[in-house]
Amino acid sequence: MRELSVSTITDTVAKMCEEANVYLGEDVSGALKRSLEIEESPTGQEVLKQLIYNLEIAKNEQIPICQDTGFAVFFVELGQDVHLTGGTLEEAINAGVKQGYTEGYLRKSIVKDPLYERKNTGDNTPAVIYTDIVPGDKIKIAFAPKGGGSENMSAVKMLKPADGEEGLVDFVVNHVKAAGPNPCPPIVVGVGIGGTFDRVAVQAKKALFRPVGQPHPDSRYAGLEKKILSKINDLGVGPQGFGGRVFALAVHIETFPSHIASMAAAVNINCHACRHLEKVI
Amino acid sequence: MEPKKITAPLSDDDVLSLKAGDNVLISGVIYTARDAAHKKLIELMEKGEPLPIDLHGQIIYYVGPTPARPGQVIGSAGPTTSGRMDAYTPKMLESGMKACIGKGLRNQAVKDALQKHRGLYLAAVGGAGALLSKKIKKCEVVAYPELGAEAIHRLEVEDFPATVINDAYGSDLYAEGAKAYAR
Repeated sequence: MRELSVSTITDTVAKMCEEANVYLGEDVSGALKRSLEIEESPTGQEVLKQLIYNLEIAKNEQIPICQDTGFAVFFVELGQDVHLTGGTLEEAINAGVKQGYTEGYLRKSIVKDPLYERKNTGDNTPAVIYTDIVPGDKIKIAFAPKGGGSENMSAVKMLKPADGEEGLVDFVVNHVKAAGPNPCPPIVVGVGIGGTFDRVAVQAKKALFRPVGQPHPDSRYAGLEKKILSKINDLGVGPQGFGGRVFALAVHIETFPSHIASMAAAVNINCHACRHLEKVI
Repeated sequence: MEPKKITAPLSDDDVLSLKAGDNVLISGVIYTARDAAHKKLIELMEKGEPLPIDLHGQIIYYVGPTPARPGQVIGSAGPTTSGRMDAYTPKMLESGMKACIGKGLRNQAVKDALQKHRGLYLAAVGGAGALLSKKIKKCEVVAYPELGAEAIHRLEVEDFPATVINDAYGSDLYAEGAKAYAR
């Protein structure tokens, strides 16, 4: 059994919050640069140039890429041979979020009561945390600050098994079309298929943590990702919705086994600032 | 196409000289407001009480910046989703506002009000908050400091880039742009 003080988790999380909001991963910045070669619309090209320049300014001057520094979302894989000391995992992560968002001059965007007072918690906590217990003595922490504008453009639909591939493609493409310019295109589209009502939404979220453009390991789903991406880009919505050929940078699908009666589907959209970071302790 | 330079506050002539799809560079004074500040402004209008800012000719920017680091004018400061302000925008135009800057779709009532009151809906590039912050030369809170990032800020901007989405003639770049590049 490996003993680990939770303060190590807090420190790691605090650094991750600051880093993810200022430096965009090379998977995403690379995809943006490549999209500049594909984009045909002059206005669309101008938008992409501004976005690429924005990343430079953010990195060089430590200004967050976007003012919406997000809801702090974590997928944690906790090795079952790790014994945490000095507190709980959840407390440690939230303490890290508080520290990172305060010291990093990040926006605090979380209100305590969702319906009535809507009073800001002041430190961007609580985080949304999904934990899996896995073999081994390590902890893998994946973090994404998830913006509200793109998150608002999410959907779950309980499709029928008979709807098949065509029904799924229609659901995703029509939903993304309706979202249009709102989620700050060029977007990354996370798609969940299978599981229950709740699980499918988590799968769609998980899909956004995958390095942008890395295809699904199953070639059928990799092909489906390409097919949906092409249909989305053919809508002509383009960067920021000003018209153009690059509405989406990537489509990522994550599946889960399904009940015989169901074929749950979910769409979770990320803006072009598809911020995500992974650390292993 | 070269961007057109405009100076805020705007006149009716400024508004009428611009069409959907035009790129502009804005200089001058603009004000920020998001949902919470709009709600307060509309409440005052309904009670017939004076507003904390004179809306005539003004450009309102939908933004909630990140806190400024020491030495910075403002933190990251890109546009937020405009649709959340749809319920308030016709009243704001009626009270003299000439343009608003945000990102994303507006409803028909807003588009109609832009035509009726000669106004513009502009979009800045969403998620370019670091770049846009460099165009803001001065920033001060002028109303509702208790709202934090959502307080009304007075901003002095220089060559702040934006694109006209909805003009005073009923044109809509979001609809027309997508049509031009769809296959």
